[in-house]
Amino acid sequence: MIPRARGSWRQARWNEPLVYELGSPNNSGFICPYSNEDAELERVLSTTPEEKLGRMLRDRAPEIPGLSEIEVTRHFMRLSQMSYGVDVGPVPLGSCTMKYNPKISEDIARDPRIRYLHPYQDPDTVQGLLEMLYLLERWLAELTGMDRCSLQTPAGAAGELAGALMIRKYFMDRGEDRDEMLIPDSAHGTNPASAAMAGFKVVRIPTSENGTVDMEALDAALSERTAGIMLTNPNTLGIFEDRILEIADKLHSIGALLYYDGANLNGIMGIVRPGDMGFDIIHLNIHKTFGAPHGGGGPGAGVVCARGELVDYLPRPLIAKKGNRYYWDYECEKCIGRIRMFYGNIVPLIKAFIYIAMLGGDGLREAAIQSVINTNYFIALIRGVDGYDLPYDPKRPRKHELVLSAKPLKQETGVTAEDVAKALLDRGLHAPTIYFPLIVDEALMIEFTESEPRRQIEEYAAALREIAREARHNPSAFKQLPKNTSVGRLDNVYANHPRSVTPTFRILRRRLQGEQLSL
Amino acid sequence: MRLPWAPAANEKDRREMLRRIGVDDAMELYKDIPREIVLEKPPGIGFGRQLSEWELRRIVDSMLRKNKVYTDPPPFLGGSVCFHTIPAVVDAIVSRSEFYTAYTPYQPEINQGLLQAFFEYQSLIADLLEMDVVNVSMYDWSTAAAEAILAAMRVTRRRKVVVAGNIHPERMDVVKTWLLGKNASIQIVDFCRETGRVDLEQLGNIVDNNTAAVYVEVPNFFGVIEDSVDAIAEAAHKRKALFIVGVEPLSLGIVRPPGSYGADIVVGDAQPLGLGLNYGGPYLGIFAMRWDRKLVRQMPGRLIGLTKTIDGKEYGFTMILQTREQHIRREKATSNITSNEALMAVAAAAYIVLLGGGGLRELARSIWLRSHYAAKRLAELEGVESPLFNGEFFKEFVARFPKPYHTIHKMLLEKGVLGGLPLADKPPLMDYYSALFCVTEAHSMKDIDKLVEAIGEAL
Repeated sequence: MIPRARGSWRQARWNEPLVYELGSPNNSGFICPYSNEDAELERVLSTTPEEKLGRMLRDRAPEIPGLSEIEVTRHFMRLSQMSYGVDVGPVPLGSCTMKYNPKISEDIARDPRIRYLHPYQDPDTVQGLLEMLYLLERWLAELTGMDRCSLQTPAGAAGELAGALMIRKYFMDRGEDRDEMLIPDSAHGTNPASAAMAGFKVVRIPTSENGTVDMEALDAALSERTAGIMLTNPNTLGIFEDRILEIADKLHSIGALLYYDGANLNGIMGIVRPGDMGFDIIHLNIHKTFGAPHGGGGPGAGVVCARGELVDYLPRPLIAKKGNRYYWDYECEKCIGRIRMFYGNIVPLIKAFIYIAMLGGDGLREAAIQSVINTNYFIALIRGVDGYDLPYDPKRPRKHELVLSAKPLKQETGVTAEDVAKALLDRGLHAPTIYFPLIVDEALMIEFTESEPRRQIEEYAAALREIAREARHNPSAFKQLPKNTSVGRLDNVYANHPRSVTPTFRILRRRLQGEQLSL
Repeated sequence: MRLPWAPAANEKDRREMLRRIGVDDAMELYKDIPREIVLEKPPGIGFGRQLSEWELRRIVDSMLRKNKVYTDPPPFLGGSVCFHTIPAVVDAIVSRSEFYTAYTPYQPEINQGLLQAFFEYQSLIADLLEMDVVNVSMYDWSTAAAEAILAAMRVTRRRKVVVAGNIHPERMDVVKTWLLGKNASIQIVDFCRETGRVDLEQLGNIVDNNTAAVYVEVPNFFGVIEDSVDAIAEAAHKRKALFIVGVEPLSLGIVRPPGSYGADIVVGDAQPLGLGLNYGGPYLGIFAMRWDRKLVRQMPGRLIGLTKTIDGKEYGFTMILQTREQHIRREKATSNITSNEALMAVAAAAYIVLLGGGGLRELARSIWLRSHYAAKRLAELEGVESPLFNGEFFKEFVARFPKPYHTIHKMLLEKGVLGGLPLADKPPLMDYYSALFCVTEAHSMKDIDKLVEAIGEAL
């Protein structure tokens, strides 16, 4: 082994100027196609846009800097070197399922036979793509135990909104006035936000001591106003809601529905299906569970699936097949309509097709099992390390993720979950999700997925152990971290203060010109 | 089994990891799942077994061969999404895996590059629109429009929404869906059959003191540029309603930016700014607001801002005003949006700076010239009304033919020409004889002549 210096990781630090400081509006790296024809066109038309646009003419070119191609390339290349994704190192953000994104998918997604297809092309000219989407829908429905899926929803949250609207419309059509949505206090923030957007009142259901839905509180919350419950299973603590069948019975017996948030599906795919648990509507996060990348925040893709009569309410169009021909079915008697334009985020959907096609049912199940082994292996490594504990039934196996609490560390040393996160960054490791779920103090929510090699999981556990030890020696040093990243710890107060908040260069420019701008 | 993307799933690692966990079999980790719902074997999905890359490539290739790609000439299909050229450098940049394999930059110090790129996107779009605040993205133009209307309802605490009847029909559908749970009343304003523009007088009559917002698109579904935007803004503002404008961003190289005529919220799609067609997505919903506390506090989605390090020595970028968002505010959040189209924002930023302000103007001019040339050439054909509407247009225009367009369209396809969008089933026109054409920088005069010739033969 070649000896290496400890703590030697350094992120690139380019001090890269803004494009506004690099370019000027008169520069451009772009050659407009067929510009040799422009004079001829003006002659044939015997007019110009300047003449015809009249009062709608923009008086001068936009105040936008232009750069040559090499400058554009270098600028963004340097910015990429100051960024961190799964291809650089582990990004164990809990509930985000940051798994490896297979390169074959990236390669195929750039095929001109996908890329150059116009959404309004005649279906007969896109049969190959429609076939892939058709198979994908069948596979996803089968994997989750649902009847049909709409591929249209562009993200998980859009799937939730679609689902909540489906529930709303279902009861509207039945003439029932149900306006309450039950949501556990451990739920993703999108659940209550989606329910509220669909016009529901949110009723919070507390978590019991063992980390699952508090059944007494659930009983107390049920009423004729209850439209449904939004659950993720396993929940955000990584714990499987073992009384799910009972919960489903309770809801269904009063005519209410169950919505499944698919963000946490990764640890159970091929082992147990939301449809068999009793869920009526579900969404899937294509960019989490099925290997499509997150793109620094998107594009992802959601898919929303339903069972039984709820199928009628799915967003349209649905992919369909008659004989050997694939087409879009727009029939919408009860459906909620469209959740976005066209058919969905096709590129991530194709990546999911590839992921499932290459793994097959057996492979998906093995991937799920490995993700759960990785979670519990990490728990075994971190168990007993002073400073962290595993709240809610520590003996119980976790599934796709786990939530540690750094509360003991904070009480002993003053070092918080955020400080721990920054110390991890300083070692070239991305931090977990912190301060979520809200029911765990100083939460560190960790999800390795099946993608992380064993050695990487061990390194991560070792880093947390070392951080706890250092916190006892020199807690005040933590407030200065990180030091090895492209920039040091950032000031959130300045970032958000009404007099300094700066969302665009335009605002900065106006302030520099002496305007007093406050938000 | 060997799993290429799950390295620890080999026999040795598994055995040792399970031993450390303290179980003999991995299924013991699932023992809390009710037995009756645990699958005996996984569903037989996929192709019945694991596939190698090569096998997968061949299967996919056999499918993709059934797709028909039109590049000579490029498609003339309109409908808000058009064939544009994409500079290779844009692809090279979004193919950097530090970008595309990253998550939302919750930890700003380790993702400064991504955050700076987002900030630059926000800033460049702001200057293109002449608006002050732009978010990282919404899903597409339609959901951006729906979110804008929802934001306007929260800001004004009103429930009536006035929408121009000549906006894209799918956007109209999306807006209706998103408002399902909000008890909103959507009032649709007619358009003038000669100009294709919104009926200003009717709009003025409909807007009242209960109106939360007026939404128009510039250019509208027919490609026609609304020229009474100042009057519409005045009609909205007189009643303290917000003025929401949907735009095609490339048009703003030569068309007045919405910030200059009183728009409170601007939406649109960045698809023309270097994003692939990809059969409908991913695209990028543009969302912008005026600098106004009441407005910006109701903004949906991620916002990136400039800040300093805690020692005050350096600048940096981070997500700002997060208390609007679902992970903090939950049911009181301005929106449920989390994943958005962030990587597309990086692509759009790279595209915009490659062109620069001057390049954008040049490009918009070229598109204007080419689309007008196509309209003029079509008008030379016997019995063709082109453009159908006499309002000034950009990039897209409607033409009406002496026979049902779908028969013409079919004959064009046989010649390898992807013609205009048949409007037989597209509100608000629903006309068997009309089609919506889109002509961009990708079309040479020869391409356009080819289209006109092919249509001439089909008539």
